Amino acid sequence: MKRRVVITGLGIVSPIGVGVPAAWESIIQGRSGIGRVTRIDPSAYASQIAGEVRGFDIGQYLSMKEARKMDLFIHYGLAAAMEAIADSGLHISANIAERVGVSIGSGIGGLPGIESEHQIVTESGPRRISPFFIPRCIVNMVSGHVSIMYGAKGPNIAMATACSTGTHSIGEAARFIEYGDADVMIAGGAEAAISPLGLGGFSAARALSTRNDDPEKASRPWDKDRDGFVLGEGAGVLVLEEHDFALRRGARIYAELPGYGMSSDAYHMTQPTPAGEGAARCMRAALRNAGVAPEMVGYINAHGTSTPLGDRSESDAVHTVFGEHARRLAMSSTKSMTGHLLGAAGGVEAVFTSLTLHRGVLPPTINLDQADEGCDLDYVPHQARKAEVEVALSNSFGFGGTNSSLVFRRFKV
Amino acid sequence: MDNVAERVKKVVVEQLGVNEDEVTNEASFVDDLGADSLDTVELVMALEEEFDCEIPDEEAEKIATVQQAIDYVSAHMPTKDA
Repeated sequence: MKRRVVITGLGIVSPIGVGVPAAWESIIQGRSGIGRVTRIDPSAYASQIAGEVRGFDIGQYLSMKEARKMDLFIHYGLAAAMEAIADSGLHISANIAERVGVSIGSGIGGLPGIESEHQIVTESGPRRISPFFIPRCIVNMVSGHVSIMYGAKGPNIAMATACSTGTHSIGEAARFIEYGDADVMIAGGAEAAISPLGLGGFSAARALSTRNDDPEKASRPWDKDRDGFVLGEGAGVLVLEEHDFALRRGARIYAELPGYGMSSDAYHMTQPTPAGEGAARCMRAALRNAGVAPEMVGYINAHGTSTPLGDRSESDAVHTVFGEHARRLAMSSTKSMTGHLLGAAGGVEAVFTSLTLHRGVLPPTINLDQADEGCDLDYVPHQARKAEVEVALSNSFGFGGTNSSLVFRRFKV
Repeated sequence: MDNVAERVKKVVVEQLGVNEDEVTNEASFVDDLGADSLDTVELVMALEEEFDCEIPDEEAEKIATVQQAIDYVSAHMPTKDA
């Protein structure tokens, strides 16, 4: 019998709140975190809006000397990990240190840091490049710093699978526990790419909403007037533990994580397969891994980015996988409120899905005024809804056609 | 010269995130002020910037204390216009 994995700690830094209580309150209220970009002057960009993290002070977490050695995505990732670990009540003592690992990825890593250091090398030459430039920007440094800060001596990895990063990071971490490589994994994703090249690059790919005059309405998954995703930033981190390990120490358990699935579209760099064929295979793989029937699923936290092609294909995939049951389950997109956190999306959405099961509340899809043709599921429009859910899915799909799904289950001893 | 010493100490305080009173002339960056090898590289770069001079790597390796930094900078500062 495979070792069971449970979720015992949650941490989040997001455009709708820093810390789980603030972010979840925004979810309940259906509050948008999208506004005009303030980090840079956006006036020359096609998309001038984003979900920026507000009210975040890294000085509350680290000395400024340490903070200067890390790009912004690391600040977010560390803050979320610190919250999750504190929330779990786990003390990483010397006798368990080798059984505790970290898996916090990033889709892009330290893009703002790369941009600013490139300016230095161009203007002042290579002698002025900081000795901290590389460790400040590389993708695996959230995992690195968490291990150093807490003495976590087990497996230490970082996925970089675009917008699937957070979900892959959690799914792989759960596998490590199942397989016996670790008893505890601190897992999730972090991203901070609201920079000239980040905003400009996604704009150039025609991926972003240009509803610049009405930012809070810009992220509108499945709505007929959706016109692309809104760039977001932040981090979402979970503490995962082997079931018996968590019970022995009397941990509070948010949910069980019984399944994880992956697939590849093998089709196009940025477009989904027609009718969501790749996404459907991914969800099926996750359900099979969890050993649950499709009819048991009550809620799906969708990838749902608010792009014309992606939203429709995810809906189609749900019809394919669930058949008639598709009409009975609910699927919402928390990106309608947070924007798209790229590599951190799977992390924050795993936090929200855990809370959906634990608190019995379905997050809404805000801005869904009129569902597009062919988008005919229960998307929990506008307002959160009370519902006791037994099994939930969370989907993430990334550029390159890389898909990932997690299965969450209400916890029973 | 006092001015040079003060400026060096200010750079050290900023770069290493230490308190002013810890930054005595005898203090060693690594042993007393908690710097690692990358911190000392960055510290030397900050000194180059502050004093508009270039400190070659082989010289930088010999600067291990606050006093050695003051001495090096004092001897190599570009001469100012009167």
